[in-house]
Amino acid sequence: MKEFTPAPDSPSIVSVTDRVKPVALGMGVTSVHFLGDRAAFVGGEENVALVDAGGDVAKVAVHSGGILSTASDGKRLVMGGDDGKVTGLDAKGEVTLLATDPKRRWIDAVALHADGAFAWSAGKTAVVKSCKNEEKSIEVPSTVGGLAFAPKGLRLAIAHYNGATLWFPNMAATAEFLPWAGSHLGVTFSPDNKFLVTAMHEPALHGWRLADNRHMRMTGYPGRVRSMSWSAGGKALATSGADTVILWPFASKDGPMGKEPAMIAPLQARVSVVACHPKNDILAAGYGDGTVLMVRLEDGAEILVRRNGTPPVAALAWNAKGTLLAFADENGDGGLLEL
Amino acid sequence: MSEATAPKIPVTVLTGYLGAGKTTLLNRILSENHGKKYAVIVNEFGEIGIDNDLIIGADEEVFEMNNGCICCTVRGDLVRIMEGLMKRKGKFDAIIVETTGLADPAPVAQTFFVDEDVQKNARLDAVVTVADAKWLSDRLKDAPEAKNQIAFADVIVLNKTDLVTKPELAEVEARIRGINPYAKLHRTERCSVALADVLDRGAFDLDRILDIEPDFLEADDHDHDHDHHHHGHDHHHHHDHHGLKHYHDEEMQSLALKTDKPLDPNVFMPWLQNLVQMEGQKILRSKGILAFHDDEDRYVFQGVHMMLEGNHQRKWKEGEPRESRLVFIGRELPEEAIRQGFESCIVS
Repeated sequence: MKEFTPAPDSPSIVSVTDRVKPVALGMGVTSVHFLGDRAAFVGGEENVALVDAGGDVAKVAVHSGGILSTASDGKRLVMGGDDGKVTGLDAKGEVTLLATDPKRRWIDAVALHADGAFAWSAGKTAVVKSCKNEEKSIEVPSTVGGLAFAPKGLRLAIAHYNGATLWFPNMAATAEFLPWAGSHLGVTFSPDNKFLVTAMHEPALHGWRLADNRHMRMTGYPGRVRSMSWSAGGKALATSGADTVILWPFASKDGPMGKEPAMIAPLQARVSVVACHPKNDILAAGYGDGTVLMVRLEDGAEILVRRNGTPPVAALAWNAKGTLLAFADENGDGGLLEL
Repeated sequence: MSEATAPKIPVTVLTGYLGAGKTTLLNRILSENHGKKYAVIVNEFGEIGIDNDLIIGADEEVFEMNNGCICCTVRGDLVRIMEGLMKRKGKFDAIIVETTGLADPAPVAQTFFVDEDVQKNARLDAVVTVADAKWLSDRLKDAPEAKNQIAFADVIVLNKTDLVTKPELAEVEARIRGINPYAKLHRTERCSVALADVLDRGAFDLDRILDIEPDFLEADDHDHDHDHHHHGHDHHHHHDHHGLKHYHDEEMQSLALKTDKPLDPNVFMPWLQNLVQMEGQKILRSKGILAFHDDEDRYVFQGVHMMLEGNHQRKWKEGEPRESRLVFIGRELPEEAIRQGFESCIVS
């Protein structure tokens, strides 16, 4: 990793691989989130590895089993485990037990609200705990696939089989149901609160314009979309699932309706994870062959961050200022890049 | 690369009508001193309590795939559970999926064919059906689920044989064979079957579709199921032998096709594809070993409803008869049409 010899298949690409600080995490990794300037690499089970800018690794035990779901607001990491617990972790490494499922069911999904409220799901039940510690729950028709808070107000989107449910936990009104046939597994609101997008079990996204519930079908992927990331200002949604980064345009009021997505950073490998820069129009993309690229959205110009030849990249994140990029492959071979 | 080299975790699907003894068999598997750890996906917690193993509750959510194929259903909860389990790779050696008594095994099996990520990490090993010797004959008459489970099975554990008389046992076995003559059948009391007979069977492994001869049991009490048909000569069993009655189930049958003439792959492949497209709802399982014209390799395939997978397996051996054999198990199979279609694939 350290010495720089250009790969034969990429003679001209700009490389910053020599500026990456390698981090050996010593565990299988499934995601990474920044807590301030500390990168929190989430293990497949039990532990989170907190890594500071200097590369020092401190492991923290957070669950007594598999870690199934994570969400972060940049200050706190909330996790759901197969031990039936919802735990929180802060930048200092302090772990708090936030909730326990009474039947110790798997906590399949978690979400975190900017005001400190959080949500989790077990089976068909989604629960919201407000910042005032009030707990409210809702049952949806099938197992919850994903949760996301709307950027405005205390409103939760719940993805499930045959659609998504939009729920205001503090309002008596019945939740709104957005139907679309199929199994919806991931869910995200556009930062301007105008669109809801789900990642489906089949290789496709589905979107609704919330003003009129008009549908947006986003199909054509060779593989399931497991990673979605909004570009700075929410102008585009970058996704994994193809051998290029697929970038759906959301700048206009019609979103991607009737438009083709941009396809950037093609490689001979499937994109496994994407992370847009929080401020600039660039993104980082991790691939199934271990490659990490930084890509400019405008013209697709690429910079090589990590060379190929390892297991798939599983974790990728920027810190809030956009000065640090953290990544790791499935086996926990990670790195930090300071810009 | 780890993607390609990581061994796939075997998955055994355990089915059986209510009260047949699934939980007994499951507890036997888990409590036996085999040094292996299992992840067990169950619908009811409580009756199983083995500390060493991972027990996961499931909801049996059957989802239709959005691919226009109505029989293409998967278990949505399994997709999710498999994803969670893969975070704990190395903590278990095999997975057992117990279904409820009323479940159709097809969505479970199809989950392992349809879902890319599941397929990458796990392989379906066999569908094991526990049947109650005393009540199965009745259930086959009044419960379509029971019939499905027998038809779908690779291994049938015919349990509670101590509760029936010899003629009753012969009757229930004949009824099973009338539906599915190909599954391995084991007679048991309290599910005492050797674990090797239910686990690691490779029933969906193309390389292990060794022969697709019917599995007949001798009708005497001392049969311990010694895999005779693996020797490839069928000098022993006829349908009426030992007084075994022959039943023909009117709804669910198997259909075997055989020829020693070579098949034309350019006719056969489209025919087979089309057949499972058109009749896939009726065809529960299919298997075949094929000898194609001008092809030195055996071709093997197997399928579940509309899903087929096949491959060239190995060279035909010297002196090995180059026969093509196909088996379909399903309900109300259009036998005549299938036979004619198959005949038309023979190189004339």
